Amino acid sequence: MMAEFGLAALWLAAALAGLQLIAGSLALTSRGQGLAGMVRPVAVVQGALALVAFVVLVVLFCQTDLSVKLVAMNSHSAKPLIYKLAGAWGNHEGSMLLWVTVMGLAGGFVALVEKRLPEPTMLATLAGQAFVSLGFYAFLLVSSNPFERLDPPAAEGQGLNPLLQDMGLAFHPPTLYLGYVGLSVAFSFAIGALITREVGPAFARAMRPWVMGAWIFLTIGITAGSYWAYYELGWGGWWFWDPVENASLMPWLAATALLHSASVLASRNALRAWTVMLGVVAFSMSMVGTFLVRSGILTSVHAFAVDPERGTFILALLAINIGGALTLFALRAATVTEGERFALVSREGALVFNNVMLSAILGIVLFGTLYPLVAEAMGAKVSVGPPYFNPMSAIFFVPMLIVLAVGPLLRWRRDSFARVRLGLLLPALLVVAVAIGLAIVANVGVLPFLGLALAAGLAVASLLPLRGRRLTRTPLAVWGMVVAHFGVAVALFGMASESAFSVEKLVAARVGDTTQAGPWQVKLERIDPVAGPNWTALEAKMTARYGQGAPVEVHPQSRFFWAPPQQTTESALVTRWNGQLYAVLGEEAGGGRWQLRLWWKPFVTFIWYGGLLIALGGLLALLGRTASDIRRFVARGKIAERRMEQGR
Amino acid sequence: MNAEAQKSRRWTLWLPLALFAGFVVLVLFGLLRPADRDVASAMIGKPLPTFDLRPAVPDRPGLASSNFGDGKPRLLNIFASWCIPCAIEAPQLDRLRAAGVEIDGIAIRDRREDVTAFLARYGNPFSRIGADDVSAVQLAIGSSGVPETFVIDGKGVIRYQHIGEIRADQVPLILEKLEEAGK
Repeated sequence: MMAEFGLAALWLAAALAGLQLIAGSLALTSRGQGLAGMVRPVAVVQGALALVAFVVLVVLFCQTDLSVKLVAMNSHSAKPLIYKLAGAWGNHEGSMLLWVTVMGLAGGFVALVEKRLPEPTMLATLAGQAFVSLGFYAFLLVSSNPFERLDPPAAEGQGLNPLLQDMGLAFHPPTLYLGYVGLSVAFSFAIGALITREVGPAFARAMRPWVMGAWIFLTIGITAGSYWAYYELGWGGWWFWDPVENASLMPWLAATALLHSASVLASRNALRAWTVMLGVVAFSMSMVGTFLVRSGILTSVHAFAVDPERGTFILALLAINIGGALTLFALRAATVTEGERFALVSREGALVFNNVMLSAILGIVLFGTLYPLVAEAMGAKVSVGPPYFNPMSAIFFVPMLIVLAVGPLLRWRRDSFARVRLGLLLPALLVVAVAIGLAIVANVGVLPFLGLALAAGLAVASLLPLRGRRLTRTPLAVWGMVVAHFGVAVALFGMASESAFSVEKLVAARVGDTTQAGPWQVKLERIDPVAGPNWTALEAKMTARYGQGAPVEVHPQSRFFWAPPQQTTESALVTRWNGQLYAVLGEEAGGGRWQLRLWWKPFVTFIWYGGLLIALGGLLALLGRTASDIRRFVARGKIAERRMEQGR
Repeated sequence: MNAEAQKSRRWTLWLPLALFAGFVVLVLFGLLRPADRDVASAMIGKPLPTFDLRPAVPDRPGLASSNFGDGKPRLLNIFASWCIPCAIEAPQLDRLRAAGVEIDGIAIRDRREDVTAFLARYGNPFSRIGADDVSAVQLAIGSSGVPETFVIDGKGVIRYQHIGEIRADQVPLILEKLEEAGK
């Protein structure tokens, strides 16, 4: 009964999305204006119904209702409750339901609170949002019904991929989805603005909090995903340029560019067509990412989410949504009047430069991700990896970092380097000093070398916008910018340090043996069998000493899951302020020896601290802007009230 | 802005759409390319996962991962009585058997009497046959359908994965992979 209730809610939500599309479009014409009043309420109810359907699915997973096919395929009664919950979205159907739910809720929220835009633009925006949603509703209801029954019910569930039974991963996909779908709102705003030709500061202000929110979630999602891959896969790396990782990076790059160009549009009324374009591209990249993950068109470590038939369906959705939006853009963008002009050396100029750099990196990542497919079309099989991505993206990343250091110090419209030269002297000297120091004491590769030197300079330069300000009276948005840019420097330092100074040891050790890895002495004490709720494991007990410090216990495991049978490695980490020791237990090597893999990774944690700082910066800016929006809203209300009183 | 510059600007506005069309064509090609694409299995080079399956038929022993790794390379064939390509594959398995190849089978989601009838009709090239009633072992070794054939070397490591039925002209390929695994 439960499942049917959920399905009914889903059908109703889809029907309302259809109604929202039709009413929203007709209300734009002169004869259908009477329909305008119903669009916003319909959007709200649509979101609520989608939420009901999603909650029903979560409840079914909690109860392990094995008469529902999706539950039987993806859950197991022995699974801990939290992973039963995560099972609801850890599969194709559930994650698509989560997608439409978040889209519906976002649309409903926009309908409730957004009052700044002209009403026709709002109607076009909500109709656009409904159009995109409708495609995903059709996808769910036609080819991936999450509530399908299984007759007779299964005796036991098939379990969840054990790689997915992990706290980080339980919440990693929904975080990314919130980001992807948040960008759908920006997409709808762009469509709405193109249809009514209202591309201006009001449009940018309406769109900006959504872009910012989505971008925060994407940043957190990517940071968490990177850390998950780092400790769960047991390969010691933190970024693999895997297609699925790239799929999350591309929307982030586009959203980062969009965020900055929307700021220019909101405060300077420049970069109109470019902002609209990025609004379309950012969500397009989210859909392309989802498509690449779901269709199995590219083989990757994430191959558990693959299905070619569904790939065709998503491709059709992509073609309609993105193709339609880009056609609209090509037709309308020429009539979008040019915004305010600005000099090359100005805050806008720096932002445009970095926008172009970000877009170039986006292009490089997209090309590298798709290249195996291009090559296959020509009859060759290749895989593209770090040797392509690292140097190619660095070509654009390095100039971007330099401009990132200078840009925030420049004035809007027109400025000269001479004015900011003095302020930048300190960071520039720091870059040179670090470079010389590195060249003398250490032998590191070109990219880590550049990374370390630039990180030092950027760390200082990113704080310069605070110079001469009263810190307590500095707007939150400025703090946000400073924190985020400082986070870039921190993350860059972590990446460069990890790549320059990591020490790796692979040994076959007997119990009692001690291995040296960088400053660490690691002694293998015992190997014991241990058992968890749905797995058994061999666990190594090791004691690690940093220099002459106190010994720390480390317990890497080699786990065997039994439903479905699968083996995973659980790495063990010891975190110090200046880096991490990373230990992996491998196979038995014969003669009572065990394969051990040990890494000492200096300052590796800074990569993720940096990522979190970037997200925190976004959060501060979002809070600051929202607070001032609310203040302005209240003030405007008071002015209106006063006018009313005076009029009386 | 002069007319020429405006014209060139208008032309660039269509560029994103053109690029996107190229993307769609490319992935459409990727989706529609022939299904027998040579998937490089993620399991190649890895040892067989641990398993222990009960016998699928009375006259052959069951199959466990400990049966592998005795120094001799062998084939592991994933099949089912309800699978039509498996029947088409049977003569090729017989030929491989006649060439002296050791073949073990895993019957997927099958019934004892059905497997017996299938082997009586199409021949029984298997030394051991394990019954995998819930596809657990099948999933664990990275197989997504029936039939599939794995070349396992003398140390119990997966060396090659053949997806789909072995056709008559593919028998030499399998023999070659076995020889490579034996080196």
